[in-house]
Amino acid sequence: MEQTVTVLSWALLLGGAFFLLTGSLGMVRLPDVFTRMHAAGMTDTMGAGMIVVGLAVYNGADLVTVRLLLILAFLWFTSPIATHAVAKAALSGGLRPYTLGGVGAAADGGGGARDDGAESAEGGVPS
Amino acid sequence: MREEIIVRVGAKVLAPFIIMFALYVHFHGDYSPGGGFQAGVILAAAFALLALVYGLEEVQRVLPPWFVRGCAALGVVIFAGVGVVTMLLGHNYLAYNALAPDPTHPEHGQHYGILLVELGVLVTVFGVMATVFYLFAGRKGQAP
Repeated sequence: MEQTVTVLSWALLLGGAFFLLTGSLGMVRLPDVFTRMHAAGMTDTMGAGMIVVGLAVYNGADLVTVRLLLILAFLWFTSPIATHAVAKAALSGGLRPYTLGGVGAAADGGGGARDDGAESAEGGVPS
Repeated sequence: MREEIIVRVGAKVLAPFIIMFALYVHFHGDYSPGGGFQAGVILAAAFALLALVYGLEEVQRVLPPWFVRGCAALGVVIFAGVGVVTMLLGHNYLAYNALAPDPTHPEHGQHYGILLVELGVLVTVFGVMATVFYLFAGRKGQAP
């Protein structure tokens, strides 16, 4: 029983760490605001979620676990709202989502992702 | 931001919980990290969130600028007043032992004294933080 709990919590913690790492990699590597926000959102839901659940499993059933689950609930409530607000702000600020052809990103000068190497390699259009 | 239904509903749902969390941080401050200062900042942050989403005027209808300035002064009065009360009870300034309800256990007064003093800190920090936010958010003139 003890060992099961330890193994399960470690698996959850390592899984969460994997999602956090993937999300941060995506934040650096993805081409524009919207795709980067997708990576950041996954960091919040899966990464932080699995880590908090892993901590709750490790801790057992008491008041601290209730607080951890409350943290999780508020994280899952606020993080999509914040992502939504940033996405709407970027959209109304004139940024267009990056598409495979690079049309949307190139049309308005690629405001959000100009310093990214990947974009200039694929979709950087000399206008 | 005025048309944003998701953000508006989210802020409205969250604000009471943020205010309650501020009170938790204050009253639980002697068992866990926290205290009056953090609680005051969280309390001001709740109203800053509402002001960001609903506009400064709407929040200032609930919490007018003269009120938050008064809070900044009221907290100091609470803090100093606890000391005056202990002096009136025949002890030194801010000697919390005087506040114990049971004279055979004077050390229990420490608990009440710290909670009351931290309440003063909470009110002052909330007032100052809200005043600073109002001053920055209410600036007129064109953006740089």
